[in-house]
Amino acid sequence: MALIIDLNIQFTEMFLVLLLSPLLTGWVRKVKARLLRRQGPSVWQPYRDLARLLKKEVVLAENASWLFRVAPYLIFAATWVAAALVPTFATGLLFSWCADLIALAALVGSARFFLALAGLDVGTGFGGIGSSREVMIASLAEPATLMIFFSLALIAGSTQLSTIAGFMQTPEVGLRVSLAMALVAMLMVAIAENARIPVDNPATHLELTMVHEAMVLEYSGRHLAMIELAASLKLLMYLSLVGCVFVPWGLSPVGGGLARHLLAAGLYVGKLAVGGVLLALFETSIAKMRVFRVPEFLGAALMLSLLGVLLLFVTRSF
Amino acid sequence: MQHGLNYDVAHMLAGGLVLVSFMMLYQVRLSSLLRVFAAHAVVLALSVAWQAYVQGAPHLFVTAAIALLFKALVIPVALNRIIVRLGIYREIETVFGIGLAMLVGMGLVALSMALMLRVTAEATPLAREDLAFALSVVLLGLMMMVTRRNAVSQVVAFMSLENGLILAAAGAQGMPLVVEISVAFSVLIAFIVIGIFLFRIRERFDTVNVQALDSFRGERS
Amino acid sequence: MTPVDIGLGSVVLLLALVPVGIVGGRRAAATPLLYTAAALISLLALANALGALLQAGEPSVIVLPLGLPWLGGHFRLDAVSAFFLAVINLGGVAASIYALGYGRHEQAPHRVLPFYPAFLAAMNLVLMADDAFAFLLCWELMSLASWGLVMAHHHHHDNARAGFIYLMMASFGTLSLLLAFGLMAGAEGDYAFAAIRAAGHSPGVAALALGLALLGTGSKAGLVPVHVWLPLAHPAAPSHVSALMSGVMTKVAVYGFVRIVFDLLGTTTWWGAMVVLALGGVTAVMGVLYALVQNDLKRLLAYSSVENVGIIFIGLGLALAFRTNAMPWAAALALTAAMLHVFNHSLFKSLLFFGAGAVLTATGRRDMEELGGLIHRMPKTSFAFLVGSVAISALPPLNGFVSEWMTFQAVLLSPSLPQWGLKVLIPAVGCLLALAAALAAACFVRAFGIAFLGRPRSQAAAEAAEVDGFSLAAMFGLALLCLLAGILPGLVIDSLAPVATILVHDRMPEQLGIPWLSIVPIAASRSSYNGLLVFLFIIMSSSLAAFVIHRLASKAVRRGPAWDCGTPDADPATQYSAGGFSQPLRRVFGTFVFLARERVHMPQPGDARPAVFHVRLLDPVWSAVYGRLGRAVDLTAGRFNKFQTLTIRGYLSLVFLSLVTLLTGLAIWL
Repeated sequence: MALIIDLNIQFTEMFLVLLLSPLLTGWVRKVKARLLRRQGPSVWQPYRDLARLLKKEVVLAENASWLFRVAPYLIFAATWVAAALVPTFATGLLFSWCADLIALAALVGSARFFLALAGLDVGTGFGGIGSSREVMIASLAEPATLMIFFSLALIAGSTQLSTIAGFMQTPEVGLRVSLAMALVAMLMVAIAENARIPVDNPATHLELTMVHEAMVLEYSGRHLAMIELAASLKLLMYLSLVGCVFVPWGLSPVGGGLARHLLAAGLYVGKLAVGGVLLALFETSIAKMRVFRVPEFLGAALMLSLLGVLLLFVTRSF
Repeated sequence: MQHGLNYDVAHMLAGGLVLVSFMMLYQVRLSSLLRVFAAHAVVLALSVAWQAYVQGAPHLFVTAAIALLFKALVIPVALNRIIVRLGIYREIETVFGIGLAMLVGMGLVALSMALMLRVTAEATPLAREDLAFALSVVLLGLMMMVTRRNAVSQVVAFMSLENGLILAAAGAQGMPLVVEISVAFSVLIAFIVIGIFLFRIRERFDTVNVQALDSFRGERS
Repeated sequence: MTPVDIGLGSVVLLLALVPVGIVGGRRAAATPLLYTAAALISLLALANALGALLQAGEPSVIVLPLGLPWLGGHFRLDAVSAFFLAVINLGGVAASIYALGYGRHEQAPHRVLPFYPAFLAAMNLVLMADDAFAFLLCWELMSLASWGLVMAHHHHHDNARAGFIYLMMASFGTLSLLLAFGLMAGAEGDYAFAAIRAAGHSPGVAALALGLALLGTGSKAGLVPVHVWLPLAHPAAPSHVSALMSGVMTKVAVYGFVRIVFDLLGTTTWWGAMVVLALGGVTAVMGVLYALVQNDLKRLLAYSSVENVGIIFIGLGLALAFRTNAMPWAAALALTAAMLHVFNHSLFKSLLFFGAGAVLTATGRRDMEELGGLIHRMPKTSFAFLVGSVAISALPPLNGFVSEWMTFQAVLLSPSLPQWGLKVLIPAVGCLLALAAALAAACFVRAFGIAFLGRPRSQAAAEAAEVDGFSLAAMFGLALLCLLAGILPGLVIDSLAPVATILVHDRMPEQLGIPWLSIVPIAASRSSYNGLLVFLFIIMSSSLAAFVIHRLASKAVRRGPAWDCGTPDADPATQYSAGGFSQPLRRVFGTFVFLARERVHMPQPGDARPAVFHVRLLDPVWSAVYGRLGRAVDLTAGRFNKFQTLTIRGYLSLVFLSLVTLLTGLAIWL
């Protein structure tokens, strides 16, 4: 019986993130548009875009290989599995023991690996530029992510996200400078990983500085839909990750009743909405960086996260 | 629990000071450097105020207020006016790359941690942490003075170094108020002297890049 | 018959193949005959090693009346040897099967066939040797046999240079090992391993021996800064031998290190662990950074071996640190992670070298700037190469991820170590490891993306054809093993338990009893990973998504020209090149790691000459260490040059002077 309830919660969370992610993207776009004094498209627009893309036929480049056609599904699957591991409204997820935080970072890495390959597959200049810059960004963002996760794991004594989220609710955590550093680094990495504004511009399509959009330039139809959905999922995943680690209040514990779960789910949606507003505010208030400023930005994130880990290592003795 | 919270907040604020020091290393524009320096002073003031509250030492509140008034408000605003008048509002140059500077900075923090936590084994955890962080801030400030060429950023680096000293003094529980006030005023005087100096350099050499002085002395080509 | 008897028997059989190679080297029939026999013998040795490893009985020992008269030839097969024998003979089986197809294209089979079985036999012997004399003799035999293989295509100037540098470094390595054994054996000079193990070593001797062992085995494994020969020599050999050298011979070097430091030396110090950790971290990052800027596919793979050796040494360094501080359970985790990476790397590195060899056979090119689009012409090879690339990039659910994950878990255990040096160093090494893993993914996106995807960059690449069945069988066999080791890591970890028990006196918890075949290195609440479920989830959700979309939405496909923002160009030169792909990373890391210098020559308007962009990369180790060393040797040699043209009287006076000096010295000494 308990297993069935756990399974229910796990699957609810999996489908909840899938359903919510386009809404989050739409919400961020809407808030950004309003901040710029524009009306902006409806928050439901991403759903309509996805539905339209799914129905359209796929136009493949003549020399696109099988990898190009398989990659969108793999990217989507890896991102979805990673997102399913993040506690959204309830801790103690059923599947959380099958992959921990390090595996989560690596799953995101897998998705990126195939996306970068897909960018190279047709053999166009734009695809190459996107892939090349993506791996440059990733090669600094990934170690930073891992170092942040190290900080969390050392504080909570576990690399499992559910356990960490549970631990973060207890008063033992206290205020820690390492956590502050991890939070700042995490936000920097999340911005880079999700191709948000100072690093990359999700709205542009015809700019020499684009990274993510350049890689997916050759995609169309259902393939593009999969990639767009994966990108939305990734944004949602990072927001949920920040939420469940740094603002864990309101997560419903293992064995909570239905009402508790519903309350937690409502709170979760609230957290996402606030996160989306903050993201939009940040994005409208800052200018995009030159590409070769990005390594410095991410290098700073890496150093911060490493500093956090270092502090934990040396202050562990009392 | 009370002790735990005391320790946590102090630790957090002192660590925050190191964090802001790193942010200063990362800044490439003078105007943003000044803003971050103001933040540095605010964190310092908070940290000292917390020490005052924890140690029950009201004179430390004075120190905090001085730091807040002069370092977070007066000096940044004055320096800002100076760089506007000098027309170097958007300018900065570093001797070596930011990545390398951060890397060296990490090494310095590791060094001061390993050193301070080892030699102060008998002190209270609070003082130990404070001293270790303070040494990091001092070393980072020193490194920034070495790596920057612009006289204004050197001044800022010098003052961030001095912030580290104040942090150490606040944590050490026992520096008399007179000393602190005199330190604060000496910094203010140093600032004024340096400010006048800046204009003199500018007048003579048409730049505030201190390398110009070296070449004037014939040290470098 | 004990396992060691069978092991030595297979060595004898392999050595018996050497005359066959010498006599029949030029005949067409010799190639398949010899490789078939080598594959079968390696299979026998593999079965023997696996049997010995899984039974985990008492080590079997044999003393042969060979070698030094007062010492004899000691051979022994314990769990550590058995594990490494299994790795090596697995590589041997795969390489021999691959060579059945690849060897047919060999230009000079008579230069390869005699050395190949000798190389396999020598590696087997090193792992079973149980006295210093036999160990060093077999080590030298292994070096020489592989040197012969490196020199197989000696007409290329580069290969001759690589062979020369390899010979120098191999001699240097053996010298270091000789000194290390001399130190450990002490004044009595009992060179049997049993005696060395039983004798206690003073800390000074132990530290010196550790340093020498690190130099000696590190120079074979490719630790920075003694790695310089590796990226030259490994690609110079025929591809199946490159696979053996990179995937397997580096593991023999790791074995040498493990045997000397963990087994024979006994006493270890924490700062010894620091040296190993720091070298491992630097090696991992430097290796992958060099790999990232190579255009030669095989040299890229060789540099990536340097990286993986660094990862293995990080694991070993952690194990040393834990062992010194009496944390055997943590040491067992770190050591098992290192051993698992030894196994994994031998799988995917052999696979990738086979793939590079297949590309070489099909196109005759190793330079990635002349490849491209091979996924259409060689679909099977490219699939296998893709599996290898994902595995080596440490991405789940393949095997490379598992060993790096376990290494990270070991790093997370280290804050409780008491020494300050380790406390500061280990997080930095963890960061280097993460950096290396991320850069490896970038490196293999580039390798696969430029060589196999896109459009062909040369006529040869456009006309490539799929390779033969034997080569494919070898590649797919290894790819399957990569997947299996990735989703069922518990099997390998459990069979490594006796190895850890011998070396650090503890083992990881039993993994096979855990539900759903997860792996749990320490405790379930702390960390766990289940490759099988991750694999199943990814497969299920991607096929579910594909199925639903194809059924409910649309499955129409139309082929058209590439869009490329409206500016497609049919010229394949408009694609991203290998050099262009790594340019951003070269700019980020280049200035202080490679001493990169870019030079652009842009002709004036109206000038018809093409613009030239030139990048020069320098391995700083070359200029800092070897350049100076070479100049010093040159200078000394120049000074001594005039002794070559003395008169007879001059030579006689030299002899006389040295005689008198020696006698005087003796007189003072006595």
